[in-house]
Amino acid sequence: MSDIATPGTTADEHGHDSGDLELPNGRPAPAPLPHEPRRADVDPKAARRAERQVSTMFLLASLLVIAFIVAYIAIDKNVVIALPVIGTMSASNLALGLTFGLAVFLIGAGAIHWAKKLMPDVEVVQERHVLESSPADREEAISVFDAGAQESGFGSRKIIRRTLITALALFPLPLVIILRDLWVTPTDSPSPNELLSETIWTKGERIVTDGSYRPIRPEDIPVGGLVNVVPASLEKVEEVEGTLNARAKAASILVRMTPAEIRSQQGGSAEEPWDVHGILAFSKICTHVGCPISLYQQRTHQLLCPCHQSTFDLADSAKVVFGPAARRMPQLPITVDAEGYLVARSDFQEHVGPSFWEQGSS
Amino acid sequence: MNSMAARRRHPATLVVMLLLGLLVTGVIYAAVDSGTSAQAADQKWSETQVEAGKKLFAEGCSSCHGLGGGGSSIAPTLIGSGAAAVDFQVSTGRMPLAAPGSQAPVKGVIYSQAEIDAMAAWVASLAPGPAVPSDAMLDTSKADLAMGGELFRTNCAQCHSFAGKGGALSDGTAAPTLMNATPRQIYTAMVTGPASMPVFSNATLTIEDKQSIIKWIGSLQANDNPGGLSLSRLGPVTEGLFVWIVGLGALIIVAIWIGVKAK
Repeated sequence: MSDIATPGTTADEHGHDSGDLELPNGRPAPAPLPHEPRRADVDPKAARRAERQVSTMFLLASLLVIAFIVAYIAIDKNVVIALPVIGTMSASNLALGLTFGLAVFLIGAGAIHWAKKLMPDVEVVQERHVLESSPADREEAISVFDAGAQESGFGSRKIIRRTLITALALFPLPLVIILRDLWVTPTDSPSPNELLSETIWTKGERIVTDGSYRPIRPEDIPVGGLVNVVPASLEKVEEVEGTLNARAKAASILVRMTPAEIRSQQGGSAEEPWDVHGILAFSKICTHVGCPISLYQQRTHQLLCPCHQSTFDLADSAKVVFGPAARRMPQLPITVDAEGYLVARSDFQEHVGPSFWEQGSS
Repeated sequence: MNSMAARRRHPATLVVMLLLGLLVTGVIYAAVDSGTSAQAADQKWSETQVEAGKKLFAEGCSSCHGLGGGGSSIAPTLIGSGAAAVDFQVSTGRMPLAAPGSQAPVKGVIYSQAEIDAMAAWVASLAPGPAVPSDAMLDTSKADLAMGGELFRTNCAQCHSFAGKGGALSDGTAAPTLMNATPRQIYTAMVTGPASMPVFSNATLTIEDKQSIIKWIGSLQANDNPGGLSLSRLGPVTEGLFVWIVGLGALIIVAIWIGVKAK
C-alpha cells in the first residue's frame, strides 16, 4: 500500500492529474482521457434547451399525478376495456398504473437529465489513504492485549482455562439434542418410517372416485380410462384432524389397459393378481418430491409428473423411464368384492410419496 | 478496453437495445389464435346419412383408416370409436390429418356439421361406441359450478392447467388449451379420450359431473383480466420470464442511458 507513488500534485484547469502517477509495479499509470466540454457548457442556447427539457419532465410528472387523482375518482373500477395484444383489462387499473408509473419515471428521468446536461461534470480524483495503522498504534494494541492476557491469568490459571474450554465444547450439545428429536419421536407415537409406510388403504377397502365418493365397478372403466380415486373411508374422516395427511398419502389413480399390454406388475400371482382385467391402481404421489400426478398418457401408458418431468411406465411396473425420480410409483393391489365393486387387496407394499433417508432400499 | 466495451457508449447502443427489447417482447407475445365451432345437433342417424357418410369417409379418411374403417399400420381402427370420436376429431379440425406425427394439430375445419354428422353416423353404424350428446345433456343451467371446479382440479387441471390453458406432456405431445373448446367438444373429448387423453366414462364421471366441468370451463373462458396482461395464465414460468426479459431489459436500457456521457 505505502509503496504507491505520491500522487501527482499538478492538475490541469479541469482538475485532471497531469499523468505522472506510478503503479505498484513501477509502470506509469495510464493518463486520464482529456475532458470534453458538453454542448450545454459552451453554448448558452443548448443549456437553455436542456433546462426546458428537464422542467418539462417535472411539469409532466405533476400533471400525471393530478391525472392519477382524477382517474382514481372518475373511473369506475368495474369498467373493462379491450386493448390489442393485451386483451380485456380494467380501465381503472390501466389509468392508475400508467399515470403514477410515468410520473415516478419522469421525476427520475428529469433528475438524471439535469445532472447529465447541466450539473458540473469535471472529473475529480480522490486519493486513497494508506490502510495500515501507524506503528505506534500497532505497538499500543499489542501491549494492551498482552497486559490483558497477563492480568486475566488465562495463561497461568490452568484450571479456569480447562473448565472454560469444556463448557464451551459442551454448549452446542443441546442444539444437537433438539434437532435429534425432530426425527426420533416419543416411543408411543409411530416413527416417520412407520407413518410413511402405512396409508388408510386396508384389505377390502372400497375404491371410490375422488370428490364424488362413488364406488366403481370394473366395467365402469373403459380401456384407456383414468379415474382419480381415494379409499371410501376417507369420506368419513373428512372433518377429523389429520385428514389432509391421510388424503395426501392415500390418493391414487386407476387406469385400464388391455391385459396384453401389461408387461410386468409389482406383485401378484396367477391366483391373486394385483390387477382386475387390466385395471391397475397406483399411488398418485410422485416418489421424487411428492407432487400429485395423474398425467396419464393412454397411448404410451406413461405417467408424467408436471413438476420435474419424472416419467413412469405404468405398463411395466411403473418403473422410472425419465426424470429425477429414483423409485417406481407404488402399486396398490386390487380385486373386486362380493358386490362387484373394486376394492384394495391390502395397503401399498412400498412407501408412498418422496423417498427418504431411513426407508432403506425398496 | 476491448471493442465491445468501447461500443457500449456508442449513441446507437440505446436504439439497438430498445429495438432488441421490442423484438424479444414481440416474439414472446405472438398470439396464437385459433377458432373452432360446432353446432350442437343430436338426432337418430338416418339411412341416407350413413350412406353419405360412407362416401365422405371413403374420399377423405379411408387412405389411412381403411375403406372399412378397420385402421392400418399408420392409423387406428374406428370400429367402436363411436360418433363422438368422429365429432370431436373432425369438428376441432384435427382430422383429416395432414401427416402422421406425435400429435394431431388443430387446423381449419374442412367439413360442414352435416358432413361431420354423416361420417359420425357411418362410424357409429360399424359398432357401438360413445354417442354424441343431446342438447339436453349439454345443458349446464342446473350444473354445480363449485363442484365443477373441484372435479376440474382433480381430473383435468394436471394436464390442461388450472386456468385451462393446456400444458406440455412428453415426447412432443401437449395438452391443448380449452379456451376455444365448445361444450360439445369438451363432452366428446371426455368420453372418447382423444390422443394421449384418457377416457373419463359416464360411470366414473357422470353426465351431471361432466355438465359441472363444462360449466366451470365456460367460466374460465369468460374470465376477464382485470389486472391486465394475463401472460397466457401459464403461471410463474411466464411471469418470471416476463420480469427477466422485459423488466430487467428495461432496467438495463435505463442504466445504459444513465451511464452514457452527455454530449
